[in-house]
Amino acid sequence: MADASGGTLAAYRALLGAQARAQTAYRTSFVIDVVGNVGSTVFDVLTVLVIFGVTRELGGFTLRETMVMVGLSTCAFAVADLLVGSIERLPRYVRTGLLDAVLVRPLGALPQLLLMDLPLRKVSRAAFGLAVLVIAVASAGVEWTPARALLVVLAPLAGVVFFGSVFVATATVSFWWVDSGELANSVTYGGRDFTSYPITVFEGWFRAAFAYGLGFAFVSYHPALALLGRADPLGLPAWVGWAAPAVALVAAAGAAATWRTGIRHYRSTGS
Amino acid sequence: MSDDVIVADGLRKEFTVRVRTGRLRREKRLVTAVDGIDLRVARGEMLGYIGPNGAGKSTTLKMFTGVLTPSAGEVRVCGLRPVAQRTRLALRVGVVFGQRSQLWWDLPLRDSFALLRHVYRVPAAAHAARLRRCRGLLDLDPFLDTPVRQLSLGQRMRGELTAALLHGPEVLFLDEPTIGLDVVSKQAVRGFLGELGRAGDTTLVLTTHDLADIERLCRRLVVVDHGRVVHDGSIAALHERYGSRRLLVADLDAPLPGPPALPGAPLQRQEADGHRLVFALESAGVAEVVAALAGLGAVRDVSIVEPDIEDVVARLYRSRRGSDDADLRGDDADLRGGGQPLRL
Repeated sequence: MADASGGTLAAYRALLGAQARAQTAYRTSFVIDVVGNVGSTVFDVLTVLVIFGVTRELGGFTLRETMVMVGLSTCAFAVADLLVGSIERLPRYVRTGLLDAVLVRPLGALPQLLLMDLPLRKVSRAAFGLAVLVIAVASAGVEWTPARALLVVLAPLAGVVFFGSVFVATATVSFWWVDSGELANSVTYGGRDFTSYPITVFEGWFRAAFAYGLGFAFVSYHPALALLGRADPLGLPAWVGWAAPAVALVAAAGAAATWRTGIRHYRSTGS
Repeated sequence: MSDDVIVADGLRKEFTVRVRTGRLRREKRLVTAVDGIDLRVARGEMLGYIGPNGAGKSTTLKMFTGVLTPSAGEVRVCGLRPVAQRTRLALRVGVVFGQRSQLWWDLPLRDSFALLRHVYRVPAAAHAARLRRCRGLLDLDPFLDTPVRQLSLGQRMRGELTAALLHGPEVLFLDEPTIGLDVVSKQAVRGFLGELGRAGDTTLVLTTHDLADIERLCRRLVVVDHGRVVHDGSIAALHERYGSRRLLVADLDAPLPGPPALPGAPLQRQEADGHRLVFALESAGVAEVVAALAGLGAVRDVSIVEPDIEDVVARLYRSRRGSDDADLRGDDADLRGGGQPLRL
């Protein structure tokens, strides 16, 4: 079986290579795309900085502390968007028949769709997100322990898995409900914005739903508390910050199950 | 029965569709696209699968290839369950959906073929040999380096056929492989498929609107309508069952005084003011009819018209649909042959 799985990897690599060749065929336009794409992500970070221009604390957190959350959120979202974000075009894949074409090939449907439409131009956003995280963590005065060093690597990865799962799960809803795009966006982009701030700035059912109902508190808020060594003003114990990878795995399992069920419900289009 | 590459028992597919029934009200309605199909296809067979639009042809092929999950019934292709064992099955079957593409739009055809070698994990030598054969038979060389988006439909279809065969599939499914093609491309595709079928190691299942595809390629014909198999057998058996007969066309020097009554060969119609008579050959032989006619007047010319499959199928649909005939004509240009002049 080792041989077969090696063959599968080679197949995915070949798909990725073809995609890269197609996208970089026009070099100048690709470079402009890459540079242009960083824009909106920069804007998200600037928004937080502007808020701190008029206030010293946000939900009980200083600028440096908040920036750790912003860094975790931006980095995780940008990488997930690069790798998995194109799945929000699932309704189009259904309409154009790409999903049919992909389903008759001897490879997983989801990895094929992602690799055949990997938006390489978004690599600039991922790089920017990573830079924000590195700078924020470096300037936040973290008291480094081996455990925190591990967490600063694991937490963004868990965030990528978590956002990736949200992308897949919300896109899959379109198998049942074709016009689900708006709802999907409100969860994915709403979730991104939610994780860019300390959850203490939100209130009531909204906070409960996004933070713990959907699990967005584990992307940036709780890992940031653990990195900074701060107690949770909302009263949850300190170990919660370390639960991010487990939460991400649960989310991934849920997304995978949703996807598999969605594929079984897939109705294809006429002819 | 181990030699059956396709086994389907009571295969069904239902879709729920939401229909607007009022301003805001929507009603769920269950539409049965495939309504209990039983089918066995032996290795090496060439099977033509025909039916009007919406008869469930494509849906059935999609269930055979693991794209769609059946609502009920059993299906095995190459001994595998298509949905549960989709990727394993994909290595053993080839699929050409006339309106879908397996090719990379922005890449030259040659690159698509190279990619598919990786996707299907085909040894380089086998891949090269199959590609060489397709290049020869389908005349691919003139456009092998052209990006797929710039190919004509006929060129692209030849590319799709090649793409579906490079991994040496046991079964080739073709959904409308000649749709929209010009005459030359149609002939190239048919010639190629005929060649493939004669070699005998690939099972071919093709859906089509174009009955000429079936006449050229398939010994076995399955006709579906409303998701059910309404005929399964040879083309000759179809003619027999639905009463299509050979026709005898006699051109006369002068019209007869009255319509002749020949035993075993009823008069179908008169044309050209009675100068041409068309008889259906039921129990009477050609010689008997000609002799009888010669006794009635001077016969200038006699020709025999083989039954036209389009005619038969059109009649078959009509007999099942009754008043839906107009609808059938609307969406099925190829089946309009029914009452038109004879093809001689």
